[in-house]
Amino acid sequence: MEQLNVLGLAIPALPLLAFLLITAITAKKKMLSAVLSISCIFASFLISVYLLILQLKAGHGASYEFSFPWLFLGDVKMSLGILINPLTTVMLIVVTTVSMLVQIYSIGYMKGDYAFSRFFSYISLFSFSMLGIVVANNLIQMYIFWELVGLCSYLLIGFWWFKPEAAEASKKAFIVTRFGDFGFLVGILILSYITGTFNFAEIQAQINAGLISPGLLTVIALLLFSGAVGKSAQFPLHVWLPDAMEGPTPVSALIHAATMVAAGVFMVARLFGIFSASPHAMLVIAYLGGFTAIFAATIALTQNDIKRVLAFSTLSQLGYMMLAMGIGGYTSGMFHLTTHAFFKALLFLGAGSVIHAVHTNDIQLMGGLHKKMPITSITFLIASLSIAGIFPLSGFWSKDEILVNIMESGHMGLYYVAAATAFLTAFYMFRLYLMTFTGKPRDAHAYEHAHESPLTMTVPLMILAVLSIVTGFAGIPGKEQSFYNFLFFGAHPHETHFNMGVALSSSAIAVSGIALALLMYAFGLIKPEAVKNASGPLYKLSYNKYYIDEIYMFFIKNGFFVIASAVKWFDRHVVDGAVNLVAFLCRWAGSKLRLTVNGGVQSYALIIFGGLVFIAAVFAVWNPDALKLLGGR
Amino acid sequence: MTITLAHYVVLSALLFAIGIIGILTRRNAIGILMSLELLFNAAAINMVAFSKYLTPSEIYGDIFTIFIIAIAAAESVLGLAIILAMFRKRETVNADEMNIMKY
Repeated sequence: MEQLNVLGLAIPALPLLAFLLITAITAKKKMLSAVLSISCIFASFLISVYLLILQLKAGHGASYEFSFPWLFLGDVKMSLGILINPLTTVMLIVVTTVSMLVQIYSIGYMKGDYAFSRFFSYISLFSFSMLGIVVANNLIQMYIFWELVGLCSYLLIGFWWFKPEAAEASKKAFIVTRFGDFGFLVGILILSYITGTFNFAEIQAQINAGLISPGLLTVIALLLFSGAVGKSAQFPLHVWLPDAMEGPTPVSALIHAATMVAAGVFMVARLFGIFSASPHAMLVIAYLGGFTAIFAATIALTQNDIKRVLAFSTLSQLGYMMLAMGIGGYTSGMFHLTTHAFFKALLFLGAGSVIHAVHTNDIQLMGGLHKKMPITSITFLIASLSIAGIFPLSGFWSKDEILVNIMESGHMGLYYVAAATAFLTAFYMFRLYLMTFTGKPRDAHAYEHAHESPLTMTVPLMILAVLSIVTGFAGIPGKEQSFYNFLFFGAHPHETHFNMGVALSSSAIAVSGIALALLMYAFGLIKPEAVKNASGPLYKLSYNKYYIDEIYMFFIKNGFFVIASAVKWFDRHVVDGAVNLVAFLCRWAGSKLRLTVNGGVQSYALIIFGGLVFIAAVFAVWNPDALKLLGGR
Repeated sequence: MTITLAHYVVLSALLFAIGIIGILTRRNAIGILMSLELLFNAAAINMVAFSKYLTPSEIYGDIFTIFIIAIAAAESVLGLAIILAMFRKRETVNADEMNIMKY
């Protein structure tokens, strides 16, 4: 098993190597940096595939773990290590595949950018951090890499730092996720304080033994979940993700669609033992996920920025995954994460291809691009069909499985929410597709200049399109060697069956969503303007994202700033005042005392002698034995 | 009346006090230097007396006294040299006029 140690460490280490080399050596040579970065992630990808094959051979339940001590702080022992089990290998494949394809795509997309090498070094650093989360076998290591991906996200959103919106967005992303991360850290500390360890398996053993009281476990689970709320942009902390679209589009595809935002879901999956031990926490996760799913979907309906529609779609789909996790659908949640990573990365990269061609994000200025860029259009269509849940694309299988899970769990309210979200998803995706690629060009100038993207960009699109189609087949329910028999939590696989009723109804929902979009945006039978006017305030509410940003801003201005100014006053006047007072007293005393220094030699001698007498007197009083010395004996 | 350690100590203290008063009150720098010699001698008497009464079989105090005398001589040389230099520069040995050692 020695080789597994090396291989497990090599997966995150290779991108780190690429980052260091690019930063230190090849920063000036743009192409070399790109090739270096891509070959390192490709090597990680190959190792991940090898590990997956090993894992498939070993069968379920095979998990390999090794760790070495890292830091000793008193009684607290921290170690670093790797944990390779089915969950790890699935996530490794997702991360390395998407990262590799996005990097190849970036060669074309970032061509001519002044900081081409820096881009690749950041992407490599991100890949390192993300893979570090995936292979971590303990909480503290996970937390370190968790923060590192947050840092990379910050760096990459603000990659074009000279754009004020990008700088603002990067700060916003960092600060908003910090709220969640704080809860995550507190949860980790409480948990490790109680259990005395950071290791997943050891914590799990203590939970299984019932050593932690249920109430406390719920608190811990909710604190840990708040980390996922921040990273995966669930409802109250979702505001950073749409703004994060200011970053370069490949970054949005990699970090803000496929991998980092899925880290929250992955974390819930990794710590599923903790969450599933607390029914209350699970319920919170399910309802928050369900709410985020439909909440974000309703916003996506009215957005006009191609990337923002996709961003809200991502929010919605992440809500879906959380919902699945919350009702105990461990496997279906992870399966949806996998399929979503591929088709959402494809959607973002397709959007990037469009933006590259027409130099605008506004879908109102697009239209008719299918003729100009057929590959982008067709791959985008495949991804849209997949996310809408059309048979037999991957989204169909994963979404259906979630719906079946919800139905079996008996939360019918959540089932209807999920079904409604599916309808909205199909509608807004086809609104986006139809407005972008079909119809008449609405901006003749942009249309004239539009062109199909170079091969470095279209090949990743095609590969992702294939993945968006075939990944679903891995999870066909009931099959012997399916995803569900590979990845499951607990002792035996979750019973999955194909529910014809759910499949038919969800397909009908998806088709009706698409049909409505066709009626409105392709055939013009229903005028979008009429719908907009008819819905009145609802439209405005959705268009302005329910004014969540404005509400937060109101509270920040009226709450936070008031407290901050009080604290500022206290700091300026009381804390600084105390320091200044000491300095002032010293100076004042000095200005008086210097007058005693008159230059007279004899007065100095007098002071010295007086001091000596004083010291002797003090010594004598303090220690009477000294007086006895004078008397001898 | 036998002479005890206390007698020597009192003598030494008186000598020391005279020396201190001289240092603090004499205007003439030469006078200050001479008063300083009294301090050394007061200390030397102490040394010898304590040596004789507390450790009669040892001669540490006596040896120390010889050192003190040597140091006193060296100090006188330095002090006189300084006073001479001052005199050349300012044409006075009045301590009150030597008041530039200040802020």
